[in-house]
Amino acid sequence: MNQELRELYQEVIIDHGRHPRNFKVLEDHTHCQKGYNPLCGDRLQLYLRVRPGPQPVIEEASFDGEGCAISMASASLLTESLKGKTPEEAKTLFQQFHQLLTGGGDNTQTDLGKLQVLTGVRAFPTRIKCATLAWHALLGALDQGENKPDNWVSTE
Amino acid sequence: MNISDPLTASSPGPRDNCPPFDIDTIRSQFPILQRRIHGHPLAYLDNAATSQKPRAVIDAIQKYYLQHNANVHRGVYQLSEEATHDYEASRDKVQRFINARERAEIIFVRGTTEAINLVAHSFAKPRLNPGDEILISTLEHHSNIVPWQIICQQTGAQLRVIPISDAGEIDTTAVDTLLKPNCRLLSLTHVSNTLGTINPIQQMIRQAHQHGIPVLIDGAQAVPHLQIDVQTLDADFYAFSGHKVYGPTGIGVLYGKREILEQMQPYQGGGDMISEVTFEQTEYNELPYRFEAGTPNIAGAIGLGCALDYLDAIGLQQISRHEQSLLDYATQALSAIRGLRLIGTARNKAGILSFVMDAAHAHDVSTVLDQAGVAIRAGHHCTMPLMARLGVAATARASLALYNNRTDIDALAAGLQEVKRMFK
Repeated sequence: MNQELRELYQEVIIDHGRHPRNFKVLEDHTHCQKGYNPLCGDRLQLYLRVRPGPQPVIEEASFDGEGCAISMASASLLTESLKGKTPEEAKTLFQQFHQLLTGGGDNTQTDLGKLQVLTGVRAFPTRIKCATLAWHALLGALDQGENKPDNWVSTE
Repeated sequence: MNISDPLTASSPGPRDNCPPFDIDTIRSQFPILQRRIHGHPLAYLDNAATSQKPRAVIDAIQKYYLQHNANVHRGVYQLSEEATHDYEASRDKVQRFINARERAEIIFVRGTTEAINLVAHSFAKPRLNPGDEILISTLEHHSNIVPWQIICQQTGAQLRVIPISDAGEIDTTAVDTLLKPNCRLLSLTHVSNTLGTINPIQQMIRQAHQHGIPVLIDGAQAVPHLQIDVQTLDADFYAFSGHKVYGPTGIGVLYGKREILEQMQPYQGGGDMISEVTFEQTEYNELPYRFEAGTPNIAGAIGLGCALDYLDAIGLQQISRHEQSLLDYATQALSAIRGLRLIGTARNKAGILSFVMDAAHAHDVSTVLDQAGVAIRAGHHCTMPLMARLGVAATARASLALYNNRTDIDALAAGLQEVKRMFK
């Protein structure tokens, strides 16, 4: 196995891909958003429970769906990192994560903790959409005021 | 074996003037096969998506642009005459290759997709009334589904679908009940791009004709692998793409029976498809030019003609035999891998192997294989309704061509073992 593959499929990714955390329907969710990658057919649904109020906080996040190891691991790691964040913080995290994968914009290294394991995707441009599928669903969920909840967000 | 074995049913007989099939010679004629990918020799197994091109085809396209480039059918000068000659010579080659009765029955289009859209708009749409039906099968590519949905929406007609077995074979017993008096067209793939199933099209065309229903065959996956004889098949329309048959992209063929084409109105208007234009009215050109509006893909047609010459020189019989033998080898190799399940196990198959693995999703399989120089396809293969029928979201697909050898299959099998090690 070459170095790039080893970095792409780190143990954490294979573990989360195989045993995704928070893989369930969140019955008392306040937000939910379907995500779809039409190129490969990966589909997932992201659920959030946001505590309302002047200082809203994401109390719970979960997902279910079907896809490759990268998309499942990325969704799993996302749901883990969302808990306790405000919606604004979650959107900032999206930006930072996107920069981590694409190398675009201001690339001053923000430490994204466990999410760093997905850095290996950078060497595989065709797989970046797998890694960002759940994240696009996150943005869709948070912007739900403007969207109908049943709409799909697409990576395209 | 079915009574009408499509391998033989569409074959007029072996040609005796072909040299023996030598895989090493053939491989040396495809320059791209010299490439190394991630440090490994390229094992190109995505031929159902597009095929690689032999040197002769690349040279023919280059020669056209270097020496003969001019517009066709209009110039009164030597270059234009040369371009017209070569373009029209390709039409003759296509006619001979699929044994059409006459050259006027060969329409150059961009590819199979455009051919199907042409038939949908020029043939089917004017004949459809609310309550009429178009019949397709579960195996179809999106390009043989969506054009029919579009014209069904416009006309109030309905799309009906022939079911398949779990092995991926058409349920021929269901066909007779679906060929109802209000069915206006059967549009069917010859070979499934996802599963490799070779449909018994000769038998199905006969069945449809017994009910007076015309038939369009999507031959995109068949023409590179099987000898096609449109007269023996008695297909009303037969469509295929140049780039899947070792020719360039952007060129394809619609064959149609003259008596049907003559009744059809043009699909697109423009130059070349007219004989006289006034602001009041237009008289259309004769067949096939009436359906070739605008400057055609001249270099593409010439490249396609060259590709068909190339195949003719090797002989489709020999190619079929080589690919069938390699398919058997690959089927055995993949069946021996525990945790791998072949999807599509029809009795009559072309060289396509779709599969899923317990260890990993098709995309992960494809990424790992790519690092070993093995190119396959992963996903729904533009057959989402078929995937839904089979209950899988995505498959990995290896598809064979005449230049593939056992080394390619061994590289695939070794790569799949690597997948199992990584994802255990």
